[in-house]
Amino acid sequence: MLIKTSTELSDSAVTPEAIYLQRRQFLQLGIAATASLLAPNIFAAANPFASATKSPLSTTEDLTPLDSVTSYNNFYEFGVEKTDPAQNAHTLITTPWTINVEGEVEKPGMISMDEILKNYPLEERIYRLRCVEGWSMVIPWLGFPLSHLLKAFKPNSRAKYVQFISVDRPEQMIGQKQKVFEFPYQEGLRIDEAMHPLTLLSVGLYGKVLPNQNGAPIRLVVPWKYGFKSIKSIVTIRLVEKQPLTSWQKAVPNEYGFYSNVNPEVDHPRWSQKKERRIGEFFKRKTLMFNGYADQVAALYNGMDLRKDY
Amino acid sequence: MFKPTLFVLCLFPIVWLLWRESMGQLGANPIEAMIRELGLWALRLLLLTLCVTPIRQLLQWHALIRVRRMLGLYCFFYAVSHVVSYLWLDQSFDVGDIINDIIKRPFITVGFLSFVLLIPLAITSSNRMIQRLGGKQWRQLHRLVYLIGILSVLHFWWMAESKSRLAEPWLYVVALAILLAMRIPLTRLFLKPPAR
Repeated sequence: MLIKTSTELSDSAVTPEAIYLQRRQFLQLGIAATASLLAPNIFAAANPFASATKSPLSTTEDLTPLDSVTSYNNFYEFGVEKTDPAQNAHTLITTPWTINVEGEVEKPGMISMDEILKNYPLEERIYRLRCVEGWSMVIPWLGFPLSHLLKAFKPNSRAKYVQFISVDRPEQMIGQKQKVFEFPYQEGLRIDEAMHPLTLLSVGLYGKVLPNQNGAPIRLVVPWKYGFKSIKSIVTIRLVEKQPLTSWQKAVPNEYGFYSNVNPEVDHPRWSQKKERRIGEFFKRKTLMFNGYADQVAALYNGMDLRKDY
Repeated sequence: MFKPTLFVLCLFPIVWLLWRESMGQLGANPIEAMIRELGLWALRLLLLTLCVTPIRQLLQWHALIRVRRMLGLYCFFYAVSHVVSYLWLDQSFDVGDIINDIIKRPFITVGFLSFVLLIPLAITSSNRMIQRLGGKQWRQLHRLVYLIGILSVLHFWWMAESKSRLAEPWLYVVALAILLAMRIPLTRLFLKPPAR
C-alpha cells in the first residue's frame, strides 16, 4: 500500500516569490472592491440625490408625470421635434463634466460635477415651467441656488450680467451636427436675476440624476421666465459687464428679447400668451404674470416697460 | 363593393386616432397631436378627391366618379373635426381669443379661410343642389377646390415653417402641384390616351 507523503510541491515553490507575495494585495483588492460595491448602500445618507431637502419655495400643484417631462422637450441640440431629445440625447457623454466660471470674477476657474455635488447640498424645488410656445409643466427639480455657486467665484463690481453657454459637441449631438440652429446655445441673466433665490442650477428631477434630454448633467431653471431661458448642459458661466446677446435674440431679434419674462399681457408677435396648456390637462388655463412668481420677482423690474423689455 | 370599402377605409383614421387617444398613446400633448392629425387627414382627403379626375382620364376608369363626392365630404368631415377641436379644445370657444388668433397668425388665417371656402362646396354636394344650381354653375363654384387646396397646403407649410420642419409639407406641395398641373388644358392634351 502506497501512502502519499508530503512530497508534492507547495504553492510557494512553484509560484515566483514576487507574485506569491502579492496574494495579500489581491485579497486587499477584493475587500476594497466588495466595499465599494456595498458603499452606495452603506453611505446612502451621503448620496446627494437621496438626501435632498424639500424647499418651502415649491408649489403644491399636481406634478406633470415623469414620462411627459422626459418625452416632450425642446432641446434643438438633439432635433427640433419635441420627441427628438428623448430619442437622441443618449449620445451625449456627461461624465466627466466641468463648468468654467470666468470673466468678471476674483477667482476664475473650473469646477467639476463631483465638486459641485460635494459642495452644494441639493434641494427639491417644485416649479412651474412655462414654454414660450404656450404649454406648461410642474416639475420637481433637484438643485441649488445659482447664487451659491456664483458667490464662491467672487463676482467683482463690473459683473452686471451673467452669460451661460451650453456644450458644443456636434459629434455627440445630432441636432448640432445638422446645424438646425446656431450653436453653442447661449443665454443670459442680469446679475440680480442670477442671484435671486428662485434661480436654480438643477442636476436632477423626480429624485434622480437629470436625464440627458432635460439638460444633463447641469442646467439652469428660472421659473418666472419662458423655458428657453433655462439653458441646458452648461459648460461656461461668464460674468460680464455688458448685456450679452442670447441665441434667440440673435436668431429672431424681433420675437425674443433678453428678459423673456412670462407675461400674459405681452403677446409673442405670432401668437397670444394669455393662455397655456398644462401638459395632461384637457383645456387651457390662464397664464399668470411672471408665471405666478410675481410676489417674489416683480420688484426686480420696477420702473421697466415690460412691453419694450420683453 | 368598392364604394362601401372606401367608405369604411376613410373612417379608419379617426377611429384609430380616438383609439390611441383613449389608450394614452398620443404622447405628452395628445390634444395638439389630435388637432394636427385631423388637419393632416383633411388635407390628404382633399388631395385624394383631386386625384379622381386625372386618374379617371388616364385609366379610362369612369366608375371612379361615383366616389368623388364621398371623398370630398370626408375631406369636409375631417376639416370640421379639425376646426371644431381647435375651437373647442384649444380655444375653449372663446370668441375674442379666436378672432385674435385668426387675425394674428397667418397660418391660421389661411387655414380658416380655406375651411370657410369648403363650406359652400359641402352644402352644394347633394343631387338636388346640383340640379338647382345647374351643371355649369355648380362646376364653376366647385373650382374653388383648387384655391382651397393651395390655401390648405400653405396653412400646413406656414405651421411647419416656424421650426423648419418642411420635409412633410414639401410632399404636399409637390402632390398638389402635380394634381393642378394635370388640369391645365395643355397638359391634358399630352395625357390624353390615344384615340381608338
